[in-house]
Amino acid sequence: MSPESHAGHALAPVRTSLEPTAETAPAAPAADAFEAARLALLRDLQLAFRKRSQLIQPLAFFAMVTLLFPLAVSPELSRLRELAPGVLWVGALLASLLAVEFLFRDDAYDGTLEQYALSGQSLTALMFAKTLAHWLLTGFPLALMAPLAALSLGVSASALPGIVAAVAVGSVTLSLIGSIGAALTLGIKRSGALLSLLTLPLSLPVLIFGARATELAIHGAPAHAPLELLAALAVLGTTLAPLAAAAAVRISLE
Amino acid sequence: MADQTLEVENLHLWRGEHHVLRGVHFALARGACLEVCGANGSGKTTLLRTLCGLIYPEDGRVLWNGENVRRDLRAFHAALAYLGHEPPLKSDLTARENLHYWIGIRRQLSAEELTAALARVGALSFCERQVRTLSAGQRRRVALAGIALLAVPLWLLDEPVTNLDAEGRELVAGLIGEQLARGGMVVAAVHQGLPPSVRNLTRLELAA
Amino acid sequence: MTWTWFHRLASPPYVYALATRLTPWFAWPAALCILAGLWEGLVLAPPDYQQGDGFRIIYVHAPSAWMSLMVYTTMAIAAAVGLIWRIKVAHAVAASCAPIGASFTFAALVTGALWGEPMWGTYWQWDPRLTSELVLLFLYLGYMGLRAGIEDTQRADRASAVLAVVGVVNVPIIHYSVTWWNSLHQAPSVMRLAKPAMPLAMLVPLLLMLLGFTLFFVALLLTRLRGEVLQRERAASWIREVVSA
Repeated sequence: MSPESHAGHALAPVRTSLEPTAETAPAAPAADAFEAARLALLRDLQLAFRKRSQLIQPLAFFAMVTLLFPLAVSPELSRLRELAPGVLWVGALLASLLAVEFLFRDDAYDGTLEQYALSGQSLTALMFAKTLAHWLLTGFPLALMAPLAALSLGVSASALPGIVAAVAVGSVTLSLIGSIGAALTLGIKRSGALLSLLTLPLSLPVLIFGARATELAIHGAPAHAPLELLAALAVLGTTLAPLAAAAAVRISLE
Repeated sequence: MADQTLEVENLHLWRGEHHVLRGVHFALARGACLEVCGANGSGKTTLLRTLCGLIYPEDGRVLWNGENVRRDLRAFHAALAYLGHEPPLKSDLTARENLHYWIGIRRQLSAEELTAALARVGALSFCERQVRTLSAGQRRRVALAGIALLAVPLWLLDEPVTNLDAEGRELVAGLIGEQLARGGMVVAAVHQGLPPSVRNLTRLELAA
Repeated sequence: MTWTWFHRLASPPYVYALATRLTPWFAWPAALCILAGLWEGLVLAPPDYQQGDGFRIIYVHAPSAWMSLMVYTTMAIAAAVGLIWRIKVAHAVAASCAPIGASFTFAALVTGALWGEPMWGTYWQWDPRLTSELVLLFLYLGYMGLRAGIEDTQRADRASAVLAVVGVVNVPIIHYSVTWWNSLHQAPSVMRLAKPAMPLAMLVPLLLMLLGFTLFFVALLLTRLRGEVLQRERAASWIREVVSA
């Protein structure tokens, strides 16, 4: 076994021809956490718009899933209307799952995630910014698309605002939960199935409350209770999920 | 400002069953550069990542200005710049945009500073092209511009001169020299050694 | 001084020796309790006035369900300890808990289905308890899947620890939402035996079985833990002494 060798110990500052000049303070004040998060958000949005073709993939998937049910079950609108809450939410859940796989993938691959962890800024805040960007690019468009899918399943127009609200709020939590799963499975090859296995059980409450809110909206009944529960989940997710995702990211960088 | 020092005391690290870092011990003062040498697999990258605080050693400590970095890891990170093998650039953004985000997340950056840094590394001619269109050497220059822009006292560079031509190697040497002249510190993991124009150099050999 | 026991617990050779010594102290009482509980429950206790003899499966179903949840909580606590204080043995404990907990969950599901069949006519109903157990099974499978998917043991430990903690926070939320969902749709549930009205003759064997299952879990955990520690420390020198002894 070759012997170990170390450098010498305390190096006295050797005066060379290069005299140290000014103190090495940062040239400008450090950015605060809000500014850092804002830039992280803008970066992800700008990146997404450079690859616009990829933006519609989750939406196209959602539309496809919705289309499957009339073909597989029956074209009768009355039957489809009964299934509509389930179809919409399962579709939204799966589309969100599909999209979240790529939340950290590229950043982990090209080293920018590592730079986030070494930025001296709160990694939790940066994770939240990334997840928010992700929601703006997938969950929010899904919420806007949901009315179209609902109409195709025989839902009356009066129910649409309630559906948009439910999907918009619920998809926030789905993105947050998905970010935890995506961070945990970083670096695992072919992790799609594992990601689903991790994320879906945790997303069940959103599915339950969201489908219930949609069902009430379709029947014209007030949907306050499940909507408030959805909002509560979103708030809980916002406070806890970025923390867990940051911890998972640090673990993947070890 | 207190004398900035980086001290590493008796670092031990295992990767699985492999004893990668075996009692690494050194101290680095202002204006000094440490060259970490070793064959592939000897733990150069692991050492740098442990210094950053990304990896947790089984034994030993890293001290920044006399304090254990674990006490305030974020403050330590705010004082260091780490450059891995691959430049941390998004291929769909231009060089300028990349630096705008990378540096902006850490500190306020003016457009003039950005342009000056790009000029220093000779990247002005291609800074408005998407990074995916740049060669490896060009990307490395942009990354070096970023490191210089961060304006932090400690640089941790992993293989900064590998795969660079003579001009590129001199650029790296020049940037390191400027950093040392400012009173900064550089720890560089190298395969073949830094260019001889870098002064105040100490070597640390890692056995495989 | 008082922390030495804590530090010793973090030492793999010590834990291995401790686990070896303690296992029989849990295994034998577990066997006794379970046999006693089964005897009392299956033979001595009177049949339920409503369900006849079919209810007796509760003596396996209820402890299994209870253990499935208790083991998950234990796993999450061990994982959290390993995560926060970086104690590798704690991660070994969590890893050992997972298959045991998954088995209890599976047993609860199977016995629940067997119980339900004479009552409902079908082997499955979406009652809140069974549905929650099913979700718990997926949580276990996810945990084990994540561990299996990451090659580096240390990283697998830490990532699955985060998952376990996230899971344990979610379990009450999931349970609440499933119960809420179920109450909307009024699915039948036969799992509710009136607890205050449960006669002592039924309660005693149930508690015996619960105690027996808990002791059984600890015995199993200690056995698995020994294997887990051996596996993780296989390159260490103290292993050779243990194996040759």
